Amino acid sequence: MNTTRGFTGRPRAARPGLPPGQYDAGDDWPVLSAEVTPQIAPADWSFRVGGLVAEPRTWDLAAARRLPASGYAGDIHCVTGWSKFGVRFGGVSLDAFLDAAGPLPSATHAVAHAHTGYTANLPLADLTGGRAWIVWEYDGRPLAPEHGGPARLVVPHLYFWKSVKWIAGLELLDHDEPGFWEQNGYHARGNPWEEQRYSGD
Amino acid sequence: MTETATHTAGTFTPPARFAVPGRIEVSGRAATTWRTATLTEIRRETPRASTFRLAVPGWAGHLPGQHLMLRLTAEDGYRAQRHYSLASAPDDSGHIELTLDRVPDGEVSGWFHTVARPGDEIEVRGPLSGFFAWPGDRPALLLGAGSGVVPLMSMVRHHRARGLTVPLRLLVSARGPEELIYAREYGTETTPVFTRTAPAGVPVGRLAPGHLAPLLADPPAGGWEAYVCGSNAFAEHASRLLVAAGQPVDRIRIERFG
Ligand SMILES: Cc1cc2nc3c(=O)[nH]c(=O)nc-3n(C[C@H](O)[C@H](O)[C@H](O)COP(=O)(O)OP(=O)(O)OC[C@H]3O[C@@H](n4cnc5c(N)ncnc54)[C@H](O)[C@@H]3O)c2cc1C
Repeated sequence: MNTTRGFTGRPRAARPGLPPGQYDAGDDWPVLSAEVTPQIAPADWSFRVGGLVAEPRTWDLAAARRLPASGYAGDIHCVTGWSKFGVRFGGVSLDAFLDAAGPLPSATHAVAHAHTGYTANLPLADLTGGRAWIVWEYDGRPLAPEHGGPARLVVPHLYFWKSVKWIAGLELLDHDEPGFWEQNGYHARGNPWEEQRYSGD
Repeated sequence: MTETATHTAGTFTPPARFAVPGRIEVSGRAATTWRTATLTEIRRETPRASTFRLAVPGWAGHLPGQHLMLRLTAEDGYRAQRHYSLASAPDDSGHIELTLDRVPDGEVSGWFHTVARPGDEIEVRGPLSGFFAWPGDRPALLLGAGSGVVPLMSMVRHHRARGLTVPLRLLVSARGPEELIYAREYGTETTPVFTRTAPAGVPVGRLAPGHLAPLLADPPAGGWEAYVCGSNAFAEHASRLLVAAGQPVDRIRIERFG
């Protein structure tokens, strides 16, 4: 081990739920996005599930809101090092959208893309079974544009760059296809508990 | 519920590619190997920022705009890791330079500003991310604030060191002249913007449309590639000004320090 002379670090209150190499950002919610924040009116937002599905489907916000309400309350982890505890997102489980479109048996992966063109790739198994949401509320209020409003994807068990802001659609594929950060050196899956930050981790 | 879904299948073409492609391929090996770096020199830049020069055997080389991950390890094995931009231009000196702001109560920057001295060893991995890199090919319009100027300075230094002729302009925002990092190094490519105090005769105020208008009204051939770096508040402000001034969104790269 390479100890650093004179470095003690912050007092370590063991924080259950903090993945390796992460710190608790407390009340902060840093914004990390490499793009200009788009100003998308709620009326202009749409979400499409296509690719390897029985029937491609598209929802506008009003239609999406008519699906059974669901939400995520828990922690989120950003690859740059911060984690945020006890966040509350409101929206609809991604399962509701996927069930409506009907993934074909050949579908194994998905590319989630934003209205800006940003993309992230995910194994389909990480998007199903109540582990992913399309959300438009944070703490009971409309999601702010810089945090992905009108609506974003939330896949809280992976690093947060997978939780595509300004979500526009999911394209189901029979193979993995690297998205924006994944093509810029980041890990294909991004599991914070295994510290999968960069490709090769 | 599904009958209420709107059916517009076939009318929507998902963007096949990310809006702003990365500039370069990134080496997965360089990104995952921790290397021991030895601090060789500390230079004060401003009352709140210093530059730390490190010898890094085996450093794979970088492009201006890239960053690295750095970690400090305590006796009990506890580690703190943070990202820092590379301030130095790529060269073959076997050294790299970082410039760190002193963050109040900062765990890592605090160690650098109060404990670190030449001879100390730390660990780094990188270079990381090909997105904010500038290979020196396209005309570059650089907008930075505070320590956000660090990766942009690497671009300015690279431009000079290689004698590049491709246009490059830097707009750098600081609270006042004494807080302007690299103040002595700027040349005619740079316009400082002072938000709280300024030398006599220099206006005080935020980066404004008037700073960008002349540059964007008459862009170089092929247009500017814009690089924006700083706090989230600055990044939001500067990128909105760029869009309003006509810079295409897919030619704006943003690095937010949080
Ligand atoms: C891509 C990238 C490049 C960057 N490049 C640079 C650069 O070139 N130069 C530069 O100076 N910075 C840079 N940064 C910022 C840098 O990574 C650090 O965030 C910064 O140095 C602060 O780290 P720190 O350990 O000193 O402060 P931290 O200890 O992380 O503290 C930051 C703030 O959060 C609070 N805080 C955080 N954790 C806790 C906790 N557990 N308990 C209590 N309070 C807490 C602190 O009080 C403080 O206000 C960059 C960031 C990114 C993402």
